[in-house]
Amino acid sequence: MLALTDFLMLGAILFSLSVAGIFLNRKNVIILLMCIELMLLAVNINFVAFSHFHGDTVGQVFVFFILTVAAAEAAIGLAILVVLFRNRRTINVEDLDTLKG
Amino acid sequence: MQFEMPSLIPVLPELFLLTMTCVILVVDLFLKEEQRVISYGLVQISLLLSVCIVYLTSGAEAEVIFYGSVIRDPMGDVLKVAIYLISAGAFLYSKDYLLDRNLFKGEFYVLGLFAVLGMTVMVSANSFLTVYLGLELLALSLYALVAFDRDSKAGSEAAMKYFVLGALASGMLLYGISMIYGATGSIEFPQVAKAVAETGMDNMVLVFGLVFVVIGLAFKFGAVPLHMWVPDVYHGAPTAVTLFIGSTPKIAAFALAMRLLVDGLEPLHADWQGMLVILAVLSMALGNVIAIAQTNIKRMLAYSTISHVGFILLGILAGTSKGYTAAMFYSIVYAIMALGGFGIVLLLSRRGFEAENLDDYKGLHDRSPWFAAMMLLLMFSMAGVPPTVGFFAKMFVLEAVVSIDMTWLALVGVFFSIIGVYYYLRIVKLMYFDKPTDDTPLTAGLDTRIALSVNGLMMLALGMFPAAILSICAAAVGSV
Amino acid sequence: METFYLIIVLAPLLGAIVAGFWGAKIGRAGAHWVTSSGVGISALLSIYVLSGFVSGSRELFNGTVYTWMVSDGLNMEVGFLVDRLTAVMMTVVTFVSFCIHIYTIGYMAHDEENWPGGSLAGANSYQRFFSYISLFTFSMLMLVMSNNFLQLFFGWEAVGLVSYLLIGFWSVRPTAIFANLKAFLVNRVGDFGFLLGIAAIALYTNSLDYADVFARIPGLADTQIQIFGDTNWSLISVIGILLFIGAMGKSAQVPLHVWLPDSMEGPTPISALIHAATMVTAGVFMVARMSPIYEFSETALSFVLVIGATTAFFTGLIGIVQNDIKRVVAYSTLSQLGYMMVALGVSAYAAGIFHLMTHAFFKALLFLAAGSVIIGMHHDQDIRNMGGIRKYMPWTYWTSLIGSLALIGFPGFSGFFSKDAIIEAVHHSHIAGSGYAYAVVLIGVFITALYSFRMFFLVFHGEGPRDSHAKHHLKESPKVVTVPLVLLAIPSVGIGYLTMETMLFGDWFNNVLFVLPQHDTLAELGKGIHGPNSMIAHGFMGPALYLALAGLIVAWFIYTKKPDVAEMIKARLAPLYRALDKKYWFDEAYQFLFAGGSRGLGNALWSKGDRFIIDTVIINGSARTVGRIADWARTIQTGYLFHYAIAMILGLLLLLTWFVIA
Repeated sequence: MLALTDFLMLGAILFSLSVAGIFLNRKNVIILLMCIELMLLAVNINFVAFSHFHGDTVGQVFVFFILTVAAAEAAIGLAILVVLFRNRRTINVEDLDTLKG
Repeated sequence: MQFEMPSLIPVLPELFLLTMTCVILVVDLFLKEEQRVISYGLVQISLLLSVCIVYLTSGAEAEVIFYGSVIRDPMGDVLKVAIYLISAGAFLYSKDYLLDRNLFKGEFYVLGLFAVLGMTVMVSANSFLTVYLGLELLALSLYALVAFDRDSKAGSEAAMKYFVLGALASGMLLYGISMIYGATGSIEFPQVAKAVAETGMDNMVLVFGLVFVVIGLAFKFGAVPLHMWVPDVYHGAPTAVTLFIGSTPKIAAFALAMRLLVDGLEPLHADWQGMLVILAVLSMALGNVIAIAQTNIKRMLAYSTISHVGFILLGILAGTSKGYTAAMFYSIVYAIMALGGFGIVLLLSRRGFEAENLDDYKGLHDRSPWFAAMMLLLMFSMAGVPPTVGFFAKMFVLEAVVSIDMTWLALVGVFFSIIGVYYYLRIVKLMYFDKPTDDTPLTAGLDTRIALSVNGLMMLALGMFPAAILSICAAAVGSV
Repeated sequence: METFYLIIVLAPLLGAIVAGFWGAKIGRAGAHWVTSSGVGISALLSIYVLSGFVSGSRELFNGTVYTWMVSDGLNMEVGFLVDRLTAVMMTVVTFVSFCIHIYTIGYMAHDEENWPGGSLAGANSYQRFFSYISLFTFSMLMLVMSNNFLQLFFGWEAVGLVSYLLIGFWSVRPTAIFANLKAFLVNRVGDFGFLLGIAAIALYTNSLDYADVFARIPGLADTQIQIFGDTNWSLISVIGILLFIGAMGKSAQVPLHVWLPDSMEGPTPISALIHAATMVTAGVFMVARMSPIYEFSETALSFVLVIGATTAFFTGLIGIVQNDIKRVVAYSTLSQLGYMMVALGVSAYAAGIFHLMTHAFFKALLFLAAGSVIIGMHHDQDIRNMGGIRKYMPWTYWTSLIGSLALIGFPGFSGFFSKDAIIEAVHHSHIAGSGYAYAVVLIGVFITALYSFRMFFLVFHGEGPRDSHAKHHLKESPKVVTVPLVLLAIPSVGIGYLTMETMLFGDWFNNVLFVLPQHDTLAELGKGIHGPNSMIAHGFMGPALYLALAGLIVAWFIYTKKPDVAEMIKARLAPLYRALDKKYWFDEAYQFLFAGGSRGLGNALWSKGDRFIIDTVIINGSARTVGRIADWARTIQTGYLFHYAIAMILGLLLLLTWFVIA
């Protein structure tokens, strides 16, 4: 039987991975979108684990909402990505530096 | 499980706005290009009607519906009215700008209304889930709005940055929420507060949750060090969108802070106070200092926003009803000031020309003495020069901080405000003492001119009678 | 009730705004109609309020209209306190102001002649003038109706501002500019004390509301404070004297009196309204209003008494040698203000206010009459060029005579009751300085009669004007000028007779003016007096009346019978004459000491302190430093997404560490 802490550790590791992915990745913007998805999933693991160990369904309901929002977020993200590519002919993270100072 | 139909009266304003937004979305499909102004009219009418509905449904008692998810209380009502009215002002100012740039589309207004709806949902949230949904509704609409000018390189870059960082921040917020849920077993604020009061700070999970929640909150405010998106987004977005992002979302962020920290995590006040102190001091320092080095007025106002956020945080961290009142007053006043400030930027812009650089303000007095005077009032108010309302906003906040014996913090605030005066007065100097570089007459319509005049004069009028808004804020906060 | 009082205050303001901002649009007639009707409404309502108090149907009103802000428990409010004192002041202010508005229509009718052709400042000057005097009425009402120190200070400064604007109204005349600057600077000295006094009150009572403050004053009566070193000062005395320094500036008491004679550079209507009838009496009103404070400090009362007596005597003397018709009246005003202060100093507050009221009427009358003469003389103000004007300007002549008789305290005229009450009150007083004051005010009566009738005889009697051209054009002024003269002449004669009983000895000021029993000189005086006739009879037994008559006769003898006597006296008493002619060298001394000294000090500070230390090192230095920091700090904003993300993570870590440490 897995303990609550195990799930929390998994969530924390996934979360850290995704955060690290956001600031380590300097090439492709799509990887950023993937990291964001991963981060939300890490949160979902937390919610489900807590929900299970509390014996309370609210956490799982919350997860459904997060999944829905994540889908919408991905849609918007990809749309922005398309616009960006149309304008700049690149989706390289390092090239996004015209606005600074 | 028993499912009963809840009374929908408390959420009537939101329901009405949602319906109208959908109606406008559909109506707009059937409009010809030159009839687009009908959608605009509908938007303004919906916002004004929403104000009326809030007024009609308001009451001194707080009402909780949807199984504890949504609350309607006097503070929410006041903030909602402010959001509706200031958004209406923002749409009014942006009309000419959008027309000139071929951006006058129904989608702009639909996205804008969804953002307004998101803010009001945040304002009336009584559980973490509602907060999250409101927040995302607002954020997603804003991402799209920033990228609204599809051919703008800066716009798409700003949108991408805003999107990634925003998603990162809401991820952190969610992570924090999950921790708090784990520690307390509930996502409704009253229950959370009760559970936190029992367990106290010994619970490590709760501490983690609190830090992550504060981070998510600080991102929404744009407090240092989570401010990085602010200048780039303000700069890159079309000015009409910058105007919108710069004004009402500050009120929503204040509501967010009140709901999360005060309604939900009040027992942890001693802990989040320390964090807010750090954020506030950093924001005031960095915002005011970097603003001095700016040559682009949108970026300058972005940094100015960051410093004002520091002040709002000062009021909240005081943790007394005096402090909350002061912060609420400050955020509403700031939204009005920002509205006017960006309104002038929009006024000076015209087809094919963005009045983005400070040099574009040279000799404004010679071109239009009246609007130079309005800008003067707005800048004085932002700088906190009496008798404009900005002075009182700052004073009330500082007073709240002094009254909890954190005089040093007030001194820090005063010190950085003095530095801040420099860049506001520089604009005044450019307007009044330099020769204009171009003499093109201002092209704004009558509605914009009137609204801007009212907006500018409000700085003075509210400065003479600050109690008009302050007493409303005090009454609203007193009921929390 | 609030609304009712608000109308009284705001009607003149509305007139001022309309005439000020839209003067060009509404034209001259529009401007004087809108302002006069605004003030007229206030005057009618004020009279209604006063009559309510007279009949006893009106209750005292003390309420807050608007809370401006609350700072650290200190309420800053706009509020009205309307009691019998206020009602008297309101009526005097609005009534005199209304007369002046009407008079101005005639006096300023040809104002464009006072400006160089095509002068921008002269455009719409007529409307602007009306806007200013209406604004003045508003400010003065705010001052007298206030129920707290903040609003009192607002009114105090606002009337000062309007006074400044009006003294320099003819801004193309260098003398006018000099005069208004002088008035402004001298008043700042007074205001400095006044503000310190208010600050002391706020500090020790933590309130600005009159009622609160007065309630706490008895408890502070024994409080000692240390200002310099270890010397103990009585708190109440310090507050009283500081507030009085403000009154010295506004009410032109020695040594801050120097601005008032120069203020005659302004148009005559405002000399009458602001610099004779109302604004300069604000100090008197203020001290009377603060009687609950002054009663607890004999030191402060003595200070008031001595300053007042000195002013009354020495400025009266100067009046004898002045040749400018308006300046004579101005010095007379100074002297009469001194009398009012003397009354306050001996705790005869009611007598002070009573004299304030009668003086407002007869002095406004004298000024307006002087203005009427000036109109007739085509703006020649030198009384040596006048004479025999009686037959050309009968209305002006008779009203002037009434005014002068009232001023010298001729039995039965209003001035008689008020001045006699003051002299007798001083006689009954025992506080320090009362002996000096009694002697001085008695001689003052003689002097008053002398200079008043010197002017009167020189202007109206004797040979006709020297300049035959002027003589040819002399004629009575138009109706708008003479009607206010008559309007003011009526109270100058009768108001004293009618009201002295109630105001001086009756219960009119009960619960309004506070007098400790041991100071109550008026009550002592009142024992022997029953009604106005008894007071007149009483007057025949004292020396004051005979001194006044002596002054009158001497003036008549010297200036109509033997003009060479005046020259002879002038030659015999050359040093005294020079001292008076030079006004005791106050102006020269101030010019040398303060203006010269501060300019020298200023220059030194400017070159060493300002330009080097402040400008170069502190201002530019700090600006450069901040600028450099800013330039460096903006490089943090690299534009790279991953740096932004790192900043966020660092922020998260920062807050987490804060937890670990805390």
